[in-house]
Amino acid sequence: MDIVVCIKRVPATDTAIKIAADGKSIETNGVSFEMNAYDEFALEQALLIKEQLGEGTVTALTIGPSLAQKVMRDALARGADKAVVLTTDEWIYDGAQVAQALATYLQANPAQIVLCGKQAVDSDNNQLAGNLAARLGFGCVTEVTKLELADGTFTAERDIEGAREVVTCKTPAVISCNKGLNQPRYANLKGIMKAKKKPLEEAAADLPAAAMEIVSLELPPARADGRIIGEGVDAVPALIEALRNEAKAI
Amino acid sequence: MSNIIVIAEVRGGSLKRPSLEVITAAKQLASASGGQVVAIACGNGIDAATAELAAGGAAKVIAIDGPSFTEYSGDAWAKAIVEQVKANDGTAVLMAHTAMGKDLLPRVSGLLDTGIITDVIEVSCEGGAYGAKKPVFAGKATMTVKATKSPFCATIRPNNFEASTGGSGEVSKVDAPSGDLLSVVKEIIAAGGDKTPLAEAKVVVAGGRGLKEADNFKLIEDLAAAFGPGVAAVGASRAVCDAGWRPHSEQVGQTGKVVSPPLYFAIGISGAIQHLAGMRTARTIVAINKDADAPIFKVADYGIVGDAFEVVPALIKAIEEVVANR
Repeated sequence: MDIVVCIKRVPATDTAIKIAADGKSIETNGVSFEMNAYDEFALEQALLIKEQLGEGTVTALTIGPSLAQKVMRDALARGADKAVVLTTDEWIYDGAQVAQALATYLQANPAQIVLCGKQAVDSDNNQLAGNLAARLGFGCVTEVTKLELADGTFTAERDIEGAREVVTCKTPAVISCNKGLNQPRYANLKGIMKAKKKPLEEAAADLPAAAMEIVSLELPPARADGRIIGEGVDAVPALIEALRNEAKAI
Repeated sequence: MSNIIVIAEVRGGSLKRPSLEVITAAKQLASASGGQVVAIACGNGIDAATAELAAGGAAKVIAIDGPSFTEYSGDAWAKAIVEQVKANDGTAVLMAHTAMGKDLLPRVSGLLDTGIITDVIEVSCEGGAYGAKKPVFAGKATMTVKATKSPFCATIRPNNFEASTGGSGEVSKVDAPSGDLLSVVKEIIAAGGDKTPLAEAKVVVAGGRGLKEADNFKLIEDLAAAFGPGVAAVGASRAVCDAGWRPHSEQVGQTGKVVSPPLYFAIGISGAIQHLAGMRTARTIVAINKDADAPIFKVADYGIVGDAFEVVPALIKAIEEVVANR
């Protein structure tokens, strides 16, 4: 069973976002990058599936700059067998471009299971799994919090509004992973040493024309300054007063 | 014609309210593009829902109806919907940014080989080009895009547009195709108890590491309960969810839920940047924290510097009095 995990290199979640001079992208000077948090669950699930089946390969796949090699080396250290960077220097926010470029790669390098995070924490698009599955003709379940594989069919659980949904899905399939699915392992020293010898390939991404362009990127309006009402229990009546008569919130 | 397609969400035969909000967004685009709003709904026996869409502002409603569509299947529904998008000259396709919308519209956009933008809070149509505004980086920034390929696909954030009302659209029905389903819903398990969903709550009471241990979240639950049934939900910081004190479904912030309630309490939460991203659009924010220098006080409208174990019980009593005297 060949498993592909789609990974994105994103600004660390503790980044204070600053808008670059072009007004369309973020200032990346001084920003540290990391593996998208949701992709960590996808990678862990791929490793668990491989362990369950006792065979197969896990390929970590990304689109991004060559700098993404660092994140991919981390994926190898955690247990992926191989990593591929489809290179581009642009920040791609257009989901159709990403999905088509990955589909092109996967048509040439077929896999039965494709896993990804439910969304990247930069563009917050939450669209890759379904988009990619449509282009590959695969089944798909998104935002899964529980996943089991038996006889080539997945049984997945996902949160919906006020309930949970149980979905079955035949392989080949694309599954997007949510927090709560598993507890990602971290790379240990042995894994880091092994990763140095694992294949990490680069190829230029085959990107179609963009289906949309960024007009602007802006910071949200700042909140008006608040105030400290007081200290300890004695401040409670003043808080209630403010919430009632000033904020009209209770 | 340049029609705006709304994919409606019908569950258990009833129309989900966000679909009517999407019609409002679609009407905005239709008035600029000169087209009509065409709603498409899938299911089995959905006459009541399609009547509601016709009375809610869709000029035309297409029901893809039949036993094979009793349960949701992303692949089968997307295929049938795409046929109708093409047959009805759809130049924009909108759906609510719900669990179903996030699953279905990407699939539709992939089959149409076109772009998609999600979690949209504003839509526009200028000079024939559709545009949208959406939060990125969990709300730390807002991005405005312009579509350069047709049709334009977008999921619309719930509770952001008014629900559309009024209209007398025409309903037509096509048979749901039968065939192989790659994925299909087998069961829906209702969430236990009468908990208010975090994203819909009028008040969110969130706790963090300052509560010291899992059992002390009783204090947070009691404050939420003080507002009366169905009003407040419990939230939590990433630290306490990762520590296993609270389920991930309660996490507020980046890698958790982004919430925007009228009233938000941050108790024993220092205010890491990831947490602030998830709640900074709440209308009124109250912070209670021992550390006067905690970053949470920078976004809070009202702050109390103090020990949560002393302040919160007094606050519970006070809120109970307010609620009792309403």
